Amino acid sequence: MAVSAQRLTPRRSSPRRVSARRVISSEHFTGWAFVTPGVVIILLFGAVPIIWSAVMSFQRNNLLSPNTPFVGTANYRKLIHDPVVTQAIQHTLIYTVLFVPGTMLVGLFLAVAMNRQIRFISFYRTAAYATMAISTISEAIVFIWLFDPSYGVVNYFLGAFGIPQQQFINSPAEALYVIVIMTIWGWTGFSVVIYLAALQGVPQHLTEAAAIDGASPWQAFRRVTLPLLSPASLFLAVWLTINALQLFDEVYLSTQGGPLNATTVLVYYLYKQAFQEFNFGYASAIAYFLFLVIIVVTVIQFRVGRRYTYYRS
Amino acid sequence: VTATSAPARDGVRSASRGGVPATRRWRLPFSPWHLVLLPATVALLFPFAWLLITSVETQNEALRFPPVLIPHQIRLANYPDAFNSAPFGHFFANSAIVAVTTVVCNLVLCSLAGYAFARFRFLGRTVLFAVIMATLMVPFQVTMIPQFIIVKWLGVHVLAGVGIDHIGALILPNAATAFGIFFLRQFFRTLPIEYEESARVDGASRLRVLIRIVLPLATPALATLAALTFLDSWNNFLWPLIAVTSTNQMTLPLGLATFQGSHQTQWPLLMAATTMSLVPMMAIFFLAQRYFIRSVAATGLAGT
Repeated sequence: MAVSAQRLTPRRSSPRRVSARRVISSEHFTGWAFVTPGVVIILLFGAVPIIWSAVMSFQRNNLLSPNTPFVGTANYRKLIHDPVVTQAIQHTLIYTVLFVPGTMLVGLFLAVAMNRQIRFISFYRTAAYATMAISTISEAIVFIWLFDPSYGVVNYFLGAFGIPQQQFINSPAEALYVIVIMTIWGWTGFSVVIYLAALQGVPQHLTEAAAIDGASPWQAFRRVTLPLLSPASLFLAVWLTINALQLFDEVYLSTQGGPLNATTVLVYYLYKQAFQEFNFGYASAIAYFLFLVIIVVTVIQFRVGRRYTYYRS
Repeated sequence: VTATSAPARDGVRSASRGGVPATRRWRLPFSPWHLVLLPATVALLFPFAWLLITSVETQNEALRFPPVLIPHQIRLANYPDAFNSAPFGHFFANSAIVAVTTVVCNLVLCSLAGYAFARFRFLGRTVLFAVIMATLMVPFQVTMIPQFIIVKWLGVHVLAGVGIDHIGALILPNAATAFGIFFLRQFFRTLPIEYEESARVDGASRLRVLIRIVLPLATPALATLAALTFLDSWNNFLWPLIAVTSTNQMTLPLGLATFQGSHQTQWPLLMAATTMSLVPMMAIFFLAQRYFIRSVAATGLAGT
């Protein structure tokens, strides 16, 4: 179908002689000419590094010595026995388990509330969307000030409820939860947009019909709207999880993995190993481990999600 | 769902007016949803408000507990002070150069490649496309170390401008993205091929067909890709953190993070700097809100 224009001219008129002009005007040549600039960049900075870091994960490579001997699976064995990696995995999992459902619930709740034509609705929507325009770094700066242990306004509000001053990002018990809150806030706009788009695809006659059949608004939502939103929910769950497992910016800015490693997540530890200690081999092994975790989690989510996902088509 | 879909058809007919209660005894003078949305919006906007308030307070007022919710005087001098205490002009310019160049490169290179993948048949097309799609699934953390080494090598042996510690290093690796190629290819395939065929019959070259016929039809997709690429580039932090160390090559997020590290206790200055860094993004966001919303919704719908 793509070459129907080409086929108007007989293809094999002169099968023996292929002139230079025919080569240049052939679809093979133009095809390669069109894709080459983009593809070279993607191969050089995307594809080659995938293989290279796989190789590197079996080498000792610390930038200091020029030779990079193969060390077998030493980096992976080191990873299994590294207590900081164990901690980092725990923190990453706790963070993901709180952040993903938290963001989805906030987004769903706000999107349902905003999915109606009432006064000021575009103001409400814009306010939610605005969180999308703020960079992770600005977001983290604002939140460490809000949650400042000594002068933070959050402590002041908590004080109004009789709660004593908290240490927040200075406390190993609380720092990770502050990061959960700031990232949920930062992703609110995104999940609102996704859920609003999905809600606008829910045909009104279905919920109306449920109401006529005697369903309460909650039942209509639970039994009609929510199943119709399941593709959006599955997308958000997968997308947010991938991003949660790669958490870095907020940790780097607010706590640098501290206090006492309490917020050291996988990517932060990987960054530290790679670009502060220059253990490229070990860092590559951690990167591949992270990749494996992402693949496994995503596959599980799609497998489980498919059972609960309703596609209309 | 199947249980409700059968009576649904019935329901629409009888629902015409009967479903809505004709009279309500008592109702609020406004929609009850405001009672939910107003507090939620206040909570969502509060971090922005607090950012602005702190940015015009004096250092003395900021470091007080309980916090000063309404500053006694508005100290706008924090803004020039912050601007002068770090090369923010440089950071802005670098961020703008990197983002705009990256967007332009992506539009050109991804259009070319996306169109070829959508419409041409050439040797190796399937394999090449599969390789590109594979890179889309790999997280950046896996590729960043070799990417660092490659960029470093390019800077030493090929061109200093794309090496480590030059903003070129922030542009080149992102000048074409697998996502952009995939996204435009999908869009090009939805366009009717007849226009392109008739232009070809009239003797137009492939490139001319792309520029004169396909791209004008693809304006919404191009705008979406431009918006997403700009946002990504403007907010990118990890790669600039790795690739750039000298202050005059830093982009805004990196400059801001560095400023935060060295002025940690000067909250009003830090907040003024953060506010300034938000202004361009916010301005673009509100001007092109439709495109941003559409593009984010598009990524979601593509995933479903």
